[in-house]
Amino acid sequence: MSHPIQAAEFLQDQAKSKWHDETLWFVRDKRDKISKSVPEWENLRELASQIKDNVLANLGSYLEEFEKNAKANNIHVHWAKDAEEHNRIVLGILQEKRCNAIVKSKSILTEECHLNPYLEKNGIEVVDTDLGERIVQFLNQAPSHIVLPAIHLKKRDISEIFHEKLHTEKGNEDPDYLTHAARIHLREKFLSAKVAITGVNFGVAETGEFVVCTNEGNADMGVHLADVHIACMGIEKIIPKRAHLGVFHRLLARSATGQSVTNYTSHFRSPFPGKEIHIVLVDNGRTAQLARPKFKNSLKCIRCGACMNTCPIYRRSGGFSYESTVPGPIGSILSPGIDLQKHSSLPFASTLCGSCTDVCPVKINIHEQLYEWRQEITKAQPDRAKSLAMKIANGVFAVPFAYNLSGNMMRGALKILPDSITYSGLNTWGKQRDLPELPKESFKDWYKKNRK
Amino acid sequence: MSSRDLILSKIKAVPLEAKELPTIPEFEFEGDLKARFIASILANKGEVITKAEFFSLLDSGVFEKVYSHIEDFSSFNNIKITEDAHQLNDLNLAIIRGQFGVAENGAIWLEDRDMGLRALPFITEHLVIVLDSAHLVANMHQAYDRIGLQESGFGLFIAGPSKTADIEQSLVIGAHGAKSLRVVLI
Ligand code: SF4
Repeated sequence: MSHPIQAAEFLQDQAKSKWHDETLWFVRDKRDKISKSVPEWENLRELASQIKDNVLANLGSYLEEFEKNAKANNIHVHWAKDAEEHNRIVLGILQEKRCNAIVKSKSILTEECHLNPYLEKNGIEVVDTDLGERIVQFLNQAPSHIVLPAIHLKKRDISEIFHEKLHTEKGNEDPDYLTHAARIHLREKFLSAKVAITGVNFGVAETGEFVVCTNEGNADMGVHLADVHIACMGIEKIIPKRAHLGVFHRLLARSATGQSVTNYTSHFRSPFPGKEIHIVLVDNGRTAQLARPKFKNSLKCIRCGACMNTCPIYRRSGGFSYESTVPGPIGSILSPGIDLQKHSSLPFASTLCGSCTDVCPVKINIHEQLYEWRQEITKAQPDRAKSLAMKIANGVFAVPFAYNLSGNMMRGALKILPDSITYSGLNTWGKQRDLPELPKESFKDWYKKNRK
Repeated sequence: MSSRDLILSKIKAVPLEAKELPTIPEFEFEGDLKARFIASILANKGEVITKAEFFSLLDSGVFEKVYSHIEDFSSFNNIKITEDAHQLNDLNLAIIRGQFGVAENGAIWLEDRDMGLRALPFITEHLVIVLDSAHLVANMHQAYDRIGLQESGFGLFIAGPSKTADIEQSLVIGAHGAKSLRVVLI
C-alpha cells in the first residue's frame, strides 16, 4: 500500500488524528522555545553539520580507529554488512551464552533489521523495555515515531492492552498508574535477563566508547544487571572526538522533546570486570547511500525526530502510513535508498515546505533531497510517479514551475480554511489532504494565527 | 572477504571531498552558574536541597534501606553492598558524590569510582547526589573539557529522576530507575 492510502486510513478516526497533529505540534513548539534560549543555537547546528560532513568524508578511517580503541578496551567488535548478518551475529552471541530471554532498549537499527521477529523465531523472548516500545510490542505493532514510539495511541488503548497483559484495573487510564504497573512488570524482566541489547546514539573514534541516551533509564537498568551487553550501531553513528559529544548533546534532546538534556547519558568504554560488551557495526545500505552524492547527507541524521514533529504530513498521517522503520521526512529520504519500488510514494508525502530542514539539528537539506528523489522516481517510473503526483498533490510537485507558482495560491487558501474543513474529510492527504504547498514563512504565520 | 573488509572497501570506493573538522569556539555564558544549575535540575524534575535539609530527611526515617557510597554519610548505611547488583533491588536510597555539574542542563558527571556498582544510581528507589557548588561548569563543552580523556570504563551524566511521557505525553516520574533525584549542593 502506498502512503496516500495509509494516510486516509489514519485520518478515519478524526478525533485521534487531530490529537496526534496537535500533540506533535506542541512538541515542536517546545523545541522552538528551548532552542531560542540557547544564543549559539545556529552555531551549534553549523558545528554539528560540519562535524558530520567530516565524518562522512573519513568514515572508513574513523571506523578503523573506533574498532582499534574499542578492542583495546576489551570490547568485542563485530561487523555486519546487512540486516541478516546483524541478526545472525546477535543470535550467535545469545546461543553461545545459552540465553533465551533478553531485554532491549530503544534501537531503531534493530527495528530496521527486524531483529525481534528473527530472535523470536529462534526461540528467544525479546522484551522491549522503553515504555512506549513495550506498549507497541504488546500490540504487535512497530513504533510509529522514532522518539515517541506510542504517539499514535491514546491512553484508553494503553489501558486496554495493559488490562489484558498486565492485569491492571479495567478502565483505569491514569498514566501514573499504568506506568507504575509497567515498572513492576519490567523490573522483573531486568532482574532476570542475562543479556541486554541497546542501540547507540554516538560512537567516539578517539576513545572507542559509545554513548546511549534515555530518560527512563531503561538501557542502563538492562545492561548493568546483565552479564553481556550487545550494542547495535549503524556505521554512520561514529563521531571523531569525545569533545564533539558536547555539541551533539546540546542539540539532541532540545531538538527531540524540548528538554535541555536526557536525564541519563551513559558512556560505555569498557565492560565492568567479569562482564562483556559486544558492539555490532552495521552497514545495511549505508555505504550505498554514501555513494549517492545527492542523498549521502541523510546519513548525518542523529534521529532526534524533530523533522517528524514539524511535518504537516507526518502529523496528519501518522508514522504507520510511511511503512518504513524511520517515518517522516528523513525516513522518506532513507527508505527509497533501501527499496525504491516499495517506498516510491514517500518522497511525494511532503509539502516541500522546508520546515523539516529548518529544524534539523545537523542541517540536512531534507526537503531538497525529497525533491531530488521525486526527480529520480519520475525518471525511473514515470507512470507511477505520475499517478502518485496526481493522488497526492494534483501534480503540482513533480513540476518545478508549478511548485514555485502554487505558494501564492495556497497562501490564500490557508487563510480561509477553518479547522472544521481541515479535519472534515473534505481535504486530501490521501483523500483528506489539502494545502499541498506551504511556503516557509506563510506556513509559520498561519500556525501562529490559527493554532493558538 | 570479511564483512569488515567489504564495508571498508565500499567506503573507500566512494570518491569523497575532504571536509575539515571545525574548531569549537568558547561560548559565553551569562548569569549565575549556581542559579542556572538549580533551575535546570528543577526543570528536569529533580530537587536541590541543603545539607541540613538532607540530614533531617535522613533522620525522619522514611528510607528503610540506605547505602552511601561516600564517607560523610556512611553512618546512615544499613545494608551491606555485595558484588551482585541484583541484591540492590529493594534499596530505598543511594547516596553518591557527583564530580561536577553543568549549569545549562543540570547534568551531573559520575564515573565508575563514584558509584561502585554501575547499577546503583538506577536500581535504587531514590537517589541523592552530593555536589560541591564550586564544581559547576557552564555548558557541555566545558564539561567535556573537564572530563578530558579520563579512562573510566563507564561515565554517566545524570540530570534528573527516571521519567517517561510515553502515555499520551503525560509526564510520569519514576519509569524504571530512581523515582527521585535530590541534589545536595554544598
Ligand atoms: S533528519 Fe534531522 S531533524 Fe530529522 S530526525 Fe534526523 S537529525 Fe532529527
